Amino acid sequence: MSTILESLNSALHTALETDPRVYVLGEDILDPYGGAFKVTRGLSTRFPERVLTTPISEAAIMGICNGMALRGLRPVAEVMFGDFVTLMADQLINHAAKFRWMYNDQVRVPLVLRLPMGGRRGYGPTHSQSLEKHLLGAPGLKAVAPNSLGSPADLLLSAIADDDPVLFVEHKLLYTRPILEAKDLLDWEVSSSGGPYPTFTLKTDYQSQITIATYGYNFELAREAARELMYEYEIFSEIVLFSQLSPFELNPLFDSLRRTGHLLTLEEGPQTLGWGAEVAARSAEQVPGIRVQRLGALDLPIANAKSLEDEILPSVAKIVQSALKLLQ
Amino acid sequence: MTTDLDLYRILYLIRCFEERALAEFSTGKLFGTTHAYIGQEADAAALFSVLDPGDLVFSNHRCHGHFLAYGGDPYRLAAELMGRATGLVGGRGGSQHIHWRNFYSNGIQGGIVPVATGMALAEKAQKTGKIAVVFIGDGTLGQGVLYESLNIAALWSLPVLYVVENNRYAQTTPNELGIAGSIPARFQAFGIETFEAASSDVLTLLPIAREAVDHVRSRGPAACILHTYRFSAHSKGDDPRDPEQVAKIRAAHDPLTIHAPRIDSAQRASLETEIDALIDYAFTRAANDPFPLLNGE
Repeated sequence: MSTILESLNSALHTALETDPRVYVLGEDILDPYGGAFKVTRGLSTRFPERVLTTPISEAAIMGICNGMALRGLRPVAEVMFGDFVTLMADQLINHAAKFRWMYNDQVRVPLVLRLPMGGRRGYGPTHSQSLEKHLLGAPGLKAVAPNSLGSPADLLLSAIADDDPVLFVEHKLLYTRPILEAKDLLDWEVSSSGGPYPTFTLKTDYQSQITIATYGYNFELAREAARELMYEYEIFSEIVLFSQLSPFELNPLFDSLRRTGHLLTLEEGPQTLGWGAEVAARSAEQVPGIRVQRLGALDLPIANAKSLEDEILPSVAKIVQSALKLLQ
Repeated sequence: MTTDLDLYRILYLIRCFEERALAEFSTGKLFGTTHAYIGQEADAAALFSVLDPGDLVFSNHRCHGHFLAYGGDPYRLAAELMGRATGLVGGRGGSQHIHWRNFYSNGIQGGIVPVATGMALAEKAQKTGKIAVVFIGDGTLGQGVLYESLNIAALWSLPVLYVVENNRYAQTTPNELGIAGSIPARFQAFGIETFEAASSDVLTLLPIAREAVDHVRSRGPAACILHTYRFSAHSKGDDPRDPEQVAKIRAAHDPLTIHAPRIDSAQRASLETEIDALIDYAFTRAANDPFPLLNGE
């Protein structure tokens, strides 16, 4: 059994080993500390020349990665907490995302920005967020998120091999989770769209009434909720699990919706103008007659107190309630 | 060896291009905005005379002078300003967002600084011997990411030259309302060597530019702080300065007037005629080029 953290760590080792253009930058990433969440553990010992610990300077880290990428390297930057990506917004939106198109496709910007996002660890309003939704609509930026079903290592290696800037959104709660094995998925028939950032469709043997679309850690909640819906309410679900958040490529979801007719989107960021809003709109445009329901966090900062945080973020119970509401 | 005539060629080329660009707004061939380099030409002439052709340049909103001194084609630049498919970046960037060979520009104050710093890191890592040069103005001294970049450039001893062209106004805001303390001390605090000049004479600037570039190539990051004057508006019509005062400054500090007497007058006249024709050709040809479309047709 391998955890998602181990998988991501092994991908960074592999990337540094196999491609001399790969550099890893970030705050406190040197051994023995090895990064705030230990994803970079062991890298600086093996590759001291290409693993660079930086001052606390997110904007400069991102800008430096842009310059490195423009000049033939493949930087991978770790943002200690994904919340700090706001400090990099100019470098992402006005530089990384624009260079290729603005310079008439004469340059490439192959870089990866690793963003540990997500709450449920009691870190409070500025260390628990899922801010990716703010960057999903920026033309030129790609966003992907690992999950427990695919191979996080392969996903990260695909991102590093990508010629365009990739935001790699890692939910902190996934790190210690195991990568799912066949025995964990006995209820499900799983198919993959393939490609560097696969979309997975999970079906049961029964006619499903609802499709849950989600990504990242929320897939863990979605499976539990689907189980409860099945055992408590005899409602069968399909789950469409995205690795690529943006650009939006939703064909596997549309296929599922043609079977179920009901869409529930699930994300951890605040619901308003979120990932789910775009997914729902596109689904409604493409698959006429479906009903949609979104579930995300309440439109509030994420509180420190667990009781409040639990109320603010999506939960298995809220997913079940949303599903029942959708099917009313 | 750069001759006086070579230097005059660059000064006059930039002046001629910028005056034509400003004039074309009234003909309607240019729309949007532009930021003329008129008055600052000696900075570019000096620096580009001492850079190697392979060095990297990151310029800013006021980039035409740098691009022409780099050796860029005035026709491709004119076409870009006019939004033509034949422009440097196919009309996608316009005046402030161009790229050709190792020349790049972007219109975000300060944002270009870490990018150039990262380029310097890449060249150092790949042992190319190239240096990166980034041009900022006095206004950019207000941006925090500049100081993040200086800190890292010094820590990692990166081959990057920070050129500050202090034209004394950040758009309309004078130095005294925008800059506290000392400009060189801002670099020196990070252990970055500074080279400074207050002159519009290209021959005064040339040795300082050479010293700064040599320092970067052999030792590490440096700043070249050039106090200069901008004779035209920040962009087009936004100049609240007293026109009489501007005329006085221009009479005393015009890089062309200062340098012209050093050239044989017949040679100079012939050079000017040649460049006038080159610029006229650039704008006339560009004006007849097609506009770009998204499908490339």
